[in-house]
Amino acid sequence: MKLILIALLSGIIFGVGLDLSEMTDPQKVISFLTLDSHWDPSLAFVMAGGLCVAALAFYFIPKRTKPFFDDVFHLPTNITLDKPLILGAILFGLGWGITGYCPGPAVANLSHGFNLSEPLIVFVSIVAGLLLHKVFFERD
Amino acid sequence: MENFTPLTSFLGGSLIGLSATLILLFAGQITGVSGMMAGVINADLFEKYWRFAFLIGVVLGAMLFHRWEHYTSIPDSGLPLIPLIIGGVLVGFGTRMGNGCTSGHGICGIARLSKRSIVATLVFMGSGMIAATFIRPLLGV
Repeated sequence: MKLILIALLSGIIFGVGLDLSEMTDPQKVISFLTLDSHWDPSLAFVMAGGLCVAALAFYFIPKRTKPFFDDVFHLPTNITLDKPLILGAILFGLGWGITGYCPGPAVANLSHGFNLSEPLIVFVSIVAGLLLHKVFFERD
Repeated sequence: MENFTPLTSFLGGSLIGLSATLILLFAGQITGVSGMMAGVINADLFEKYWRFAFLIGVVLGAMLFHRWEHYTSIPDSGLPLIPLIIGGVLVGFGTRMGNGCTSGHGICGIARLSKRSIVATLVFMGSGMIAATFIRPLLGV
């Protein structure tokens, strides 16, 4: 229960951060990804802000014996640069560059309601992509 | 660079970093939105609940922000329906195949100096720039 509340609070902070940085506006993202005379470097500052805080967190916190609400840290251990990593990143980038949406903003934009407009269409398409991957590659 | 917003972008990014700090400190997990979305679909109940709570929080946070800012305009990529759907499917499929997106690889992964995340971020930034610069004009936007 405590973890649920922390997760909810963290999510709220994340959602405010996405909106404050305008990552939820696809045009803002596209103006970073489009290399022309109107190039807007703002998105690099979002990453810089995020990295300044997260780098400190990921340096110091894993030195603890465990997180507050779990017995161990669950950090990825895979270090191989494999084909799925590269191909997946290429496909994700293509979708991101065409639409201007990555998963976080697609979730945050559900705040505009569930009427049939771009936010819902994008969210459902992303979920369809997740399911498509599950069906083809995550068979038990 | 008429719409350049370094300050709010940096502050907004810092909040995203703070959110990832809380998840690491309390749950010992990476904050990756694509992974959480997949987790809600896949994982066992306990895992499902906290991830679901995070995603609900993201929506609530955005709602709060809209209220403060009296901000109501619906986001618009300018894309026709079919490319919008194909793009969304690529985002969902690609982030699962590559095990992460802008939050998991771009913020958390780079922050912990993961070689996989650094490479993934460079690759999706690169293909994103190619798509936005060269493919979008072909779609008439």
